[in-house]
Amino acid sequence: MDKKELKVSALKNGTVIDHIPAKDLFQVIKILNLEKVDNPITFGTNLDSKKYGKKAIVKVSDRYFEDSEINKIALIAPEANLNIIKNYEVVEKKSVELPDQIKGICKCMNPKCITNAEPMLTKFDVVSKVPPALKCYYCGKVTDQEHFVII
Amino acid sequence: MNHKSLISITDFSTEEILRVLEIAEDLEKNPDQHLLDGKVVATLFFEPSTRTRLSFESAINRMGGRVIGFSDPNNSSVSKGETLKDTIRIVSNYCDLIVMRHPLEGSSRYASEVATVPVINAGDGAHQHPTQTLLDMYSIKKTQGRLDNINIFMVGDLKYGRTVHSLVQAMSPFNPTFNFISHPKLRMPQEYLEFLDSKGVRYYEHETFTDILSAADIVYMTRVQRERFQDLMEYEKTKDLYILKNSMLENTKPTMKILHPLPRINEISQDVDPNPKAYYFEQACNGVYARQAVISYVLGLRK
Repeated sequence: MDKKELKVSALKNGTVIDHIPAKDLFQVIKILNLEKVDNPITFGTNLDSKKYGKKAIVKVSDRYFEDSEINKIALIAPEANLNIIKNYEVVEKKSVELPDQIKGICKCMNPKCITNAEPMLTKFDVVSKVPPALKCYYCGKVTDQEHFVII
Repeated sequence: MNHKSLISITDFSTEEILRVLEIAEDLEKNPDQHLLDGKVVATLFFEPSTRTRLSFESAINRMGGRVIGFSDPNNSSVSKGETLKDTIRIVSNYCDLIVMRHPLEGSSRYASEVATVPVINAGDGAHQHPTQTLLDMYSIKKTQGRLDNINIFMVGDLKYGRTVHSLVQAMSPFNPTFNFISHPKLRMPQEYLEFLDSKGVRYYEHETFTDILSAADIVYMTRVQRERFQDLMEYEKTKDLYILKNSMLENTKPTMKILHPLPRINEISQDVDPNPKAYYFEQACNGVYARQAVISYVLGLRK
């Protein structure tokens, strides 16, 4: 590996999110609101993966996420994992887990639900973690993985 | 927010349901209680429902309260594109309680979050209509003298009928037996059958009326709507299977009562009306007492 390539991929301090299904990279970026982050960020996608065939990876410098923040991506990338980097060393490895409740992020699939008519946040109880299924706090209808629409 | 709203029947514990039914009984016996003197109640009907609105307004008027509101959103700021939130926030300033009906599911739960006064759900789309459940339970208690160990037959559209779903949930702590009679396409949804299994409640499913109607304490009829069938031929073939006729009542218990959330189309034959077992018109009257009780309970006027 030449020196130039190493510079791009190595992270001194920050978070590496690995094992994101390649097709879901941009949704992960959206959920974590990375568009609005000023820190240096590196994305890689369509990388070879034993698990998915093609995976994506995100490296965020000088940034550590709260569990409540990062766990939101479990909705679309349940097998993603995190490497917490301090001084070039992996100091912690974590996997993501869906929280019991989710606010925002996903639309309710019920076209007659109030959340699809009003400018308001959606709110769900997670009724199943694997595969993920969300019960709307307002209308009571369950949105399954197949019908997830990320806001 | 520290006030109590009634959005879904599951917002009330079994003890609270029993308390509300007791208050209803008291209000029926002692009608001259001016609990709402000086109070203003807003009835916001974002879709028309004359029967429900009149029942609520009668309940409010009987307790001395004043009513403001609208019965048709076309005559309100809603037609100008105002959000539900803004409407509810504004109306909260004008009243002590909001009674609302809305075509969208979950709308009244959302309204209860933004309102500064209690909200009573008078129907949110196909979702919930809790005062209907309370008046059904009041009718059962009044006619049978108890809520425990009742054998309830539910007939017609058990798939989409929100009244049967809520009643099944609310009656489950009282050791009921359910008999569900419906076309296979309009069966009680799996989630409610699983709910009953989890509570250890006995239930039986039938595709047609059977002789065991003789075991019924309550026959709860519902309307089968033509639009539920994609194949109109099938609708025509099946609709007559779920009509209750007077001749079918011969061997039923003398104390048995027939309930229906109304409006009825043809699922209860007209020849049933004079039979003392027909209770659906009195049931509608019970709706006023049940709503009086709910209103006075959520406002903390009766505890």
